[in-house]
Amino acid sequence: MSISRKTITALLAAGALAAGVAGCAGSSNTPAATSPASSSSSISGEITVFAAASLKATFTKLASDFEAKNPGTKVTLNFAGSSGLVTQITQGAPADVFASADTKNMAKLSDAKLIDGTATNFATNVLEIAVPPSNPASIASFADLAKSGVKVVVCAPQVPCGSATETIEKATGTTLAPVSEESSVTDVLGKVTSQEADAGLVYVTDVKTAGEKVKGIPFPESDKAVNTYPIATLGASKNKELAQAFIAAVTSADGKKVLDDAGFGTP
Amino acid sequence: MNRRSGTGYTGVPSWVYVIAAAGSLFILLPLVAMVAKVNWPQFIPLITSESSLTALGLSLRTSAASTALCVVLGVPLALVLARQPFPGQRLLRAFVLLPLVLPPVVGGIALLYTFGRQGLLGKSLEVAGIQIAFSTTAVVLAQTFVALPFLVVSLEGALRTAGSKYDAVAATLGARPTTVLRRVTLPLVLPGLASGAVLSFARSLGEFGATLTFAGSLQGVTRTLPLEIYLQRETDADAAVALSLLLVAVAVAVVGLSYGRRRSSAPVKEQL
Repeated sequence: MSISRKTITALLAAGALAAGVAGCAGSSNTPAATSPASSSSSISGEITVFAAASLKATFTKLASDFEAKNPGTKVTLNFAGSSGLVTQITQGAPADVFASADTKNMAKLSDAKLIDGTATNFATNVLEIAVPPSNPASIASFADLAKSGVKVVVCAPQVPCGSATETIEKATGTTLAPVSEESSVTDVLGKVTSQEADAGLVYVTDVKTAGEKVKGIPFPESDKAVNTYPIATLGASKNKELAQAFIAAVTSADGKKVLDDAGFGTP
Repeated sequence: MNRRSGTGYTGVPSWVYVIAAAGSLFILLPLVAMVAKVNWPQFIPLITSESSLTALGLSLRTSAASTALCVVLGVPLALVLARQPFPGQRLLRAFVLLPLVLPPVVGGIALLYTFGRQGLLGKSLEVAGIQIAFSTTAVVLAQTFVALPFLVVSLEGALRTAGSKYDAVAATLGARPTTVLRRVTLPLVLPGLASGAVLSFARSLGEFGATLTFAGSLQGVTRTLPLEIYLQRETDADAAVALSLLLVAVAVAVVGLSYGRRRSSAPVKEQL
């Protein structure tokens, strides 16, 4: 008896450990490199930027460009799903700037009077069909996704990419029968890159990021659901001047170019 | 056997109790914090919504199926590991225990490359007309993968404790190996098998990472309760908390049930 009880205790501990690891995916802190403080710029100090996961590549570049141009500044980035970031901010996480993947999540913060002034729309994103490079189901249009036997994976309606999918379905009168409704774009893309699915609906920018592993098929109906990305300074910011300067850099011509290159549109 | 009774001496220094109390608080406090967050007036509507009930039903069905699969595969495995030593036995045991310490998402990726459409076995299965990806079968496979070690280890422990004396006696009396297994060995370790099965069921119920990676998420087909909680969290924190509490309640009920059963069967074992 005593042996089996010990074993079970050990097992429970090990099981708890294994189960705990699963919950760790999500946000990540990426402290950008500090640049040497030498120039005589009027702005200085540190800010923390909370940005939607889909902005990871572009904002990492924008932040390091910003630091290079403004010595003595440091931009710390935190990427996660927009709704998760809103929860963190309302729970008091120290952030100076918030860039959301949709206006709905930004509205949650402005309704709670947590942003300083008004939000600025700085980018747009539309859906695109992602298929494995060989395109096994010969998908050529949005209507092809509804053909029987096509394994299509979409985002669940609860997340922004899923509500965009739903909007397009309604606008075109096409009803999809997805084999899976994932919680994030990353999970949809994963099912396509592993070739489990014949097609997935993700953002244009995700297809660009995935590179060779998937093929993107743009479709005209995607303009029925354009996702707008707003950015704002948060009311709790201790360095609003620097926060504003960073937002100005994102919305500047140089910032637009970085976003354009990644596939984002102009609002 | 090693219990001192009557004198009141427990052999545990008092400071140990202080640390033990801190340890139990560490587990209990987050649960209390979650209970405090529950939107009680909305609790019943939240957990009885159609999507919640579908997810709960799917979770219970798939966990029962994977527990059955764990018993079918795990009992022979535990017997092989507990009885006659053979070359590579320690290695085999280490590999059987691997899912315990593996992050479930890694298990999901491994299963994907085994049973997925492009996987090791998946291609042959697809030719045979069997598609596992995005099906309830995929959920059961993911759960069995993470839960099997729980059954094997607790049954192996029970088998070692019971020893093989009675098996040997039965054999000398003329019973064939299968009869010994059925009439002597398994009845002796039944409590160990039961608690192993309960732990497997509880682990299956909580399975998340491997399912998300390998099976996908579709209401009524692959979206189990943990996946439903993860999805609800995106839009409705109240629903996520309510469902989490439901999952905790089911897990507590399952584990509590097994402890009750083990208690009542303990005297029988201690006589052996």
